[in-house]
Amino acid sequence: MYSLNYHRASSVADAVKLQKKGEDAKFVSGGMTLIPAMKSRLAAPSDLVDLAHIAEMKGIKVSGKTVTIGGGTTHAEVATDAKLKAVCPALSYLASHIGDPHVRHKGTIGGSIANNDPAADYPAAMLALGATIITNKREIAADKFFTGLFETALKDGEIVTGVSFTAPAQAAYEKFRNPASRYAIVGVFVAKGKDGVRVAVTGAGDEGVFRAKGMEAALTKSFVPASLDGLAIPASGLMSDMHASAEYRSSLITVMAKRAVAKASA
Amino acid sequence: MSDVSLVVNGRKVSGSVEDRTLLVHFLRENLGLTGTHVGCDTSQCGACVVHVDGKAVKSCTILAVQASGSEVVTIEGLANGAELHPVQAAFKEHHGLQCGFCTPGMIMSATDMIRRHPEGLDEATVRAELEGNICRCTGYHNIVKAVLAASKTMSKSKGKAKAA
Repeated sequence: MYSLNYHRASSVADAVKLQKKGEDAKFVSGGMTLIPAMKSRLAAPSDLVDLAHIAEMKGIKVSGKTVTIGGGTTHAEVATDAKLKAVCPALSYLASHIGDPHVRHKGTIGGSIANNDPAADYPAAMLALGATIITNKREIAADKFFTGLFETALKDGEIVTGVSFTAPAQAAYEKFRNPASRYAIVGVFVAKGKDGVRVAVTGAGDEGVFRAKGMEAALTKSFVPASLDGLAIPASGLMSDMHASAEYRSSLITVMAKRAVAKASA
Repeated sequence: MSDVSLVVNGRKVSGSVEDRTLLVHFLRENLGLTGTHVGCDTSQCGACVVHVDGKAVKSCTILAVQASGSEVVTIEGLANGAELHPVQAAFKEHHGLQCGFCTPGMIMSATDMIRRHPEGLDEATVRAELEGNICRCTGYHNIVKAVLAASKTMSKSKGKAKAA
């Protein structure tokens, strides 16, 4: 790891101030992606501004069907929160299958969303839930937030302080995971809310997470796995790598989407 | 350079380290606590697992300065004098190790797992919960046996404590 200067922020405002001071300062929350990237010298920020001690960014609030999760909330906290599990068990399940127990103790929802790894789990949930991403400057609809591989609508100095969404009537997440990294080779989040069905796919798209609108239309008509018979995302826009070809990913998307629909209906 | 203050295994410690120093290196090199191992350097193997503020984390994936102010428990902090911690005793009894390199991380993960599952553990849960710990001797069967046995012993002794 290259040399760096560490700063611990006590509030969101403090974090913004500290970040401006560094030449190439990065925010760190759980650090479960950034620290390994720094160890392998894929990332070399001049300064790290630690968000992990900011109390205002932690915690889960459930009020009726409205869920708000602080950006600094860990995967373990999301996975085990009883109030969240009661209204949106699909998100608890998703959080409980990120990485491994040690990673879940440190990694945060805000960090995962801001990083927008094309194989991360949370972006699929945010997109399918039609969530609002809350930053220190504004609120951004998930549909406008995830803009490409590791790319988001975040501007310099902008921090994901939380997310909010309305818990859907039915939802489920199914992931075909890489056995070594636990990242999604293909992950599909299906949510049936009052405005219809939304289907978001992670791990597969050339441009990162995306919505499967053809599947959404079919499932809005009839929310059963058979509605997806014969429907497939074309391989042309999907990733091919040592783990899975684009054609295999295309096939997996339909299989995972069907499983998710079956699970959401169970 | 930053000052790092921790409570490690119940003892207050401090030191001045480069900001990029990983917690595992602070433990091993500054404090001489070499029970915590570095296995992979890619945040995957779990040989470096310690408890920070009561939770299992990978000490190779957290800077010492990030942990400053926290309470840390390492493998050296588990035994009560000459008396092994129930998880250590179970690993010995069930031969939950071959070369032993992954064992400190396995034991720290197991104690954390047992804490998080006061209702008890079954084999499938133990195997799923051990995802973040790799044994390159592939000796998982006896590791799982040891964790299950320790979980039983610890819930029994807890029950006794309650009854008393």
